Amino acid sequence: MAIGNTRVAALISEAREDPPGRERPLSPHLSVYRFMYTMALSILHRITGLVLALGLAALVYWLMSAAAGERAYEQAAWLFRGWAIRVLLLGWLASYCFHFLNGLRHLAWDAGLGLERVHARRSGRVVVVLAVVSFLIAAWVLFWPRAGVP
Amino acid sequence: MSLRSPLAVVLGRGAAGEGAAHWWAQRTSALALVPLTLWFLLSLTRLPLDDYAAVTLWMANGTNPLWLALLLLVLCFHSRLGVQVVIEDYVHSGAVKIAALLLNSAAHLLLAGTGLYAVLRVALRGLA
Repeated sequence: MAIGNTRVAALISEAREDPPGRERPLSPHLSVYRFMYTMALSILHRITGLVLALGLAALVYWLMSAAAGERAYEQAAWLFRGWAIRVLLLGWLASYCFHFLNGLRHLAWDAGLGLERVHARRSGRVVVVLAVVSFLIAAWVLFWPRAGVP
Repeated sequence: MSLRSPLAVVLGRGAAGEGAAHWWAQRTSALALVPLTLWFLLSLTRLPLDDYAAVTLWMANGTNPLWLALLLLVLCFHSRLGVQVVIEDYVHSGAVKIAALLLNSAAHLLLAGTGLYAVLRVALRGLA
């Protein structure tokens, strides 16, 4: 009891000496760890997620243009054909491919699967390869000029 | 010795005050987005995207408006949760953090509402 009281007193005095504006370390501690590519994938998951959140605006704009009538839709379609927007669309497609596949990896982890270091590293490499392949296929199917499509 | 009050231990809601609810919501919405986003992208590959009549016909056809509406809602929900975590991790100043969190929620609500309105408007055009 006496020991407990002195520890509490020590904590309180420590808290009092601590100036209110002092910078305390806060998670995530990105600069603390040695860099690993699995870590890069984790960061990339966040970045692609943020990129996709911005893409939501484009999706809603496209839907709204369809609701607003033929002229608005033609204008949107014309905009989406521009090369700068094309680059954005390709960026969103690439982000989706990675975020989707790496998201499956995260869901597997949450189910308790593949958490061993060897497995996590291997699944990371698989995700990167599959993301590149699926992006190339999807980009080819979606962006190749389709004259024959009815 | 623990500084957590007995009540906090019993409630088990942690520092964020909502327990594991956010974590579960992010995972379950991710799971729902697996079929929804795949369906959407596969549909896009089969659509002549420059053709207004074909696209609106597809948007209004059969159960498509239902899947589009669900896609939009779950997408905005999942996106809001994800951006929220990023804000909580990197924005530490109280007022800016609260403002950013409110803006995040408002922006996603607006996107979900607008997108839903657009889908319904195209889908119900025949009835108007």
